[in-house]
Amino acid sequence: MSSIGLILIVTISLFFSGIVIRTKSVLSGRKGPGIFQPLKDVWRLFRKGAVYSETTSLIFRIAPSIYFSTVLMAIFFIPFGSYPGLLSFRGDFVFFAYVLALGKFFMIISAMDTGSSFEGMGASREALYSMLAEPAFFILMGSFALLTGYTSFFEIFNNLHFGSHTSYALGTLATFVLVIVAMVENSRMPVDDPRTHLELTMIHEVMILDNSGFDLGLILYTTNLKFAMYGALIANFLIPSGMALHYAIGVFIGIQILFAVMVGIIESFMARFRMNHNPQYIFTLSAISILLFLGVLLMLGRFD
Amino acid sequence: MITNLAILITLFALVMLVVVRVQAKGTIALSVVMINAAVSSWMAIRALLGEPIDVSFHAGLIFGEVPIRVDPLSGWFLLMMNLTTITGILYGIRYMIPYSHQPSNITLHYASYILNHLAMIGIYTIENSLAFLCVWELMAITSFMMVIFEHGKTETIRAGINYLIQSHICILFLTVGFIWVSSNTGSYDFKAIGAYSAGIIPGLSLLLFGCFFVGFAFKAGFVPFHTWLPYAHPAAPAHVSGVMSGVIIKLGIFGILRMILLIQENHLLIGYTILILSLITGVYGVMLAIIQHDLKKLLAYHSIENIGIIGIGVGIGTIGLGLDNSYLIVAGFAGALLHTFNHSLFKSLLFYAAGTVYQTVHTMNIERLGGLIKKIPQTAALFLLASLAICGLPPLNGFISEFLIYSGLFGGIRSNLLTHSVIVIAAIFSLSVIGGLAMLCFAKAFSVVFLGRERHPTRHQTPERDALRLFPKYILALLIVAIGVFPQLFVGVVAKPVALFTEENLLSPILPGFIDVTRMISLSAWALILLCLAVLGIRKLITASKPVSVAPTWGCGYPAPSHRLQYTANSFVRSFRKLIHGLLIMNKKEGVIEDVFPRPIHSETHPYDKLESLLVDGPTRAIRAFMGRFRFVQNGSVQFYISYGVVFIFITIAVPFLVNAVVYVIGLIKQISL
Repeated sequence: MSSIGLILIVTISLFFSGIVIRTKSVLSGRKGPGIFQPLKDVWRLFRKGAVYSETTSLIFRIAPSIYFSTVLMAIFFIPFGSYPGLLSFRGDFVFFAYVLALGKFFMIISAMDTGSSFEGMGASREALYSMLAEPAFFILMGSFALLTGYTSFFEIFNNLHFGSHTSYALGTLATFVLVIVAMVENSRMPVDDPRTHLELTMIHEVMILDNSGFDLGLILYTTNLKFAMYGALIANFLIPSGMALHYAIGVFIGIQILFAVMVGIIESFMARFRMNHNPQYIFTLSAISILLFLGVLLMLGRFD
Repeated sequence: MITNLAILITLFALVMLVVVRVQAKGTIALSVVMINAAVSSWMAIRALLGEPIDVSFHAGLIFGEVPIRVDPLSGWFLLMMNLTTITGILYGIRYMIPYSHQPSNITLHYASYILNHLAMIGIYTIENSLAFLCVWELMAITSFMMVIFEHGKTETIRAGINYLIQSHICILFLTVGFIWVSSNTGSYDFKAIGAYSAGIIPGLSLLLFGCFFVGFAFKAGFVPFHTWLPYAHPAAPAHVSGVMSGVIIKLGIFGILRMILLIQENHLLIGYTILILSLITGVYGVMLAIIQHDLKKLLAYHSIENIGIIGIGVGIGTIGLGLDNSYLIVAGFAGALLHTFNHSLFKSLLFYAAGTVYQTVHTMNIERLGGLIKKIPQTAALFLLASLAICGLPPLNGFISEFLIYSGLFGGIRSNLLTHSVIVIAAIFSLSVIGGLAMLCFAKAFSVVFLGRERHPTRHQTPERDALRLFPKYILALLIVAIGVFPQLFVGVVAKPVALFTEENLLSPILPGFIDVTRMISLSAWALILLCLAVLGIRKLITASKPVSVAPTWGCGYPAPSHRLQYTANSFVRSFRKLIHGLLIMNKKEGVIEDVFPRPIHSETHPYDKLESLLVDGPTRAIRAFMGRFRFVQNGSVQFYISYGVVFIFITIAVPFLVNAVVYVIGLIKQISL
């Protein structure tokens, strides 16, 4: 039963960015492609051959596969309602965060492998922004560890109880932090614009300029998977512990769709920040999670 | 008996080194190091298996009884040190081949290496403070000799002198501490330190601990005592840098741990102090590492960062001692001890790989490098492996120790003390920042040195054909992977030294939980490896039948990009540098573009350590200015110098007379008043 989370996340990843694109189309007054269009694009790329730059080495060829594997590995740790993930142990979220970092490290060096200054620029930004986003996640988990007294995803989510007003405020803050971390980690709107057409203003898109064929398909699919993974984290946070399985699945899918629609709405109505404002914005996240930490201290009555 | 024999062999070998041919010197050094390592490892393994050694011998009137004690803590450090020293000499004898035309220099180098190894064994085993100071001094001087191997270069000599002076400031603090104890107890035995500190008022014993801590912190490289480190490491030959960073700075960590064991005083305060100092050390070290352009200097700053991580573990463990919390003790000290070992593995591997890069292209300025993965692929792969390990990424060894420290932090955050929770969350914040910054730094270092294309033409040699040069690196790589995928074995061993800090019955209910978690990590690590292999296999199956073509990198519309247009290390970290510019000193020299057809211009940036200018350069300038006022004394005229001599002789003769006269007068006054 512990693989149910994995199955659900993989299922949702199939149409997640389809929903995002559809929302954006509807909001800008167009009909838009079907929600399985991104998946069809990936499938088409899987069947194509590839062009490799003569500058690149083996790193460039193995990086996309490692990136995909690390995201899949990270999903193994995500619990679902009252079922733990495939792997669950004390401190599993540290493994979760670091295994994602491993994939990112390989994508960064593979971008540098092409010798293109544009891709180097993207790599530099990606490295900096993910470095800045990491503390927020750790402080968030630290606050929950303080609140619940447990240190694994499954135990933390199963022992979070909402009751007082403070706890609702904390829940809102935590959801906010998780959503923004998801946006930053997936290089989406306020930080990066996936639709931009100028290489100088890209982050994630410019890093994969030289990828083609199977590798590009894998990278595109991994982005969907990563989105669904963060959606699952948010859903876990909101699903009350002890909810019956069929309800939980319904709520889970509902939250994921809501998350995708929300991403679409954010992308439709927000403009990307200026590049040099991004670090401040991302660092604000850590400040918010410190606020969350203070809220937890307040709730536990440590200031008395 | 065996130890005496080993020391005799060492002395004989030192003589032999002088007389044999230059080619045989390396072999002699290697065999002596092997013999000493074997003897000391045998003692260490016995101690780790539960048979601590405690013998003592009489060493004359001055030293008195010299106890030799090997407990699991010494054992752990001894094994670690022997491993790095052996891989160091294995790599070193190949690294030294191009210097064969300086036989006397090589003799001095190998002699220093052997003596340095012997001195380190002494530091880990001798528990007589006077003898300890002697071996510590021997270690300091021999490592100075190793650093200045290329003494023809001015920077090397400067770095060496800097190192020598700062080592002696370290010794000064230790000497004060040891004299303080022995003058009060009359004993040189380390046990007297514990007994003495328990009997005096808490404030004084804290001061005593502080004295030892500062001394050992100089050696370990805690900020702000770190300034010698970024000079000494790059100046030394690659294998010496590896040994220095891998084991010599760990002597400081050993000393601090030993003092925590001996001085049982207000662990909570000491723990918080160490923790906060380590947070600063870790973040500051990695911040400065990122902006370095010299590969070895970059690695040196990373040693400071890793000392910070080890210090966080030590701090957590000590706080655990103060709170009587066995979970924190195990997580903190086990994390710190394992990270000490892990760091010695991946850092020495990185330095050896940097040595191979140096001997391939003869520069350490990473802005001039690039594309080396095609020339030295094995070194590149090993450097990548060590980079992943130093960033603490799974499934390698750095992750395991950082995980233990993290689990100490997350597990220990729940407390009734507000300050405790706040400090722990600050530690979590800093540790995650350190992890992220280390990733940024090694993404830069690896990709700029090994990937893309070379940015400037360099003349190449291919030292990689030499299998013996790669062999020690593969030993280290194997251990890095082994700890990463079988952490439970190593955590089981590290539990032995950790048990010294707490009582056995408190430890036994905690330990199985840790072993279980590490078993799960091992499972996850294997899952990750298999998953990667499976995906790569599927990729191979699918793409096997697809057409593949090779073309130039997509230039985004620019038809003729030159290799020098590649993203440089400096531009890779530019946005980061802008973020922290308040904490840095960047010395910039920029040319000005003039005329319609401008000439080529040059611009240079040299990062400088702000703390160094504040804490070292500032006071040094002030002392020099003060001393400068007495320069009139040294005016170069011989007549004055002769008169100084006359005055001196006169004073030396006159003083006793004067004293006698004063005594006589006092006697007279006494008689009168009676």
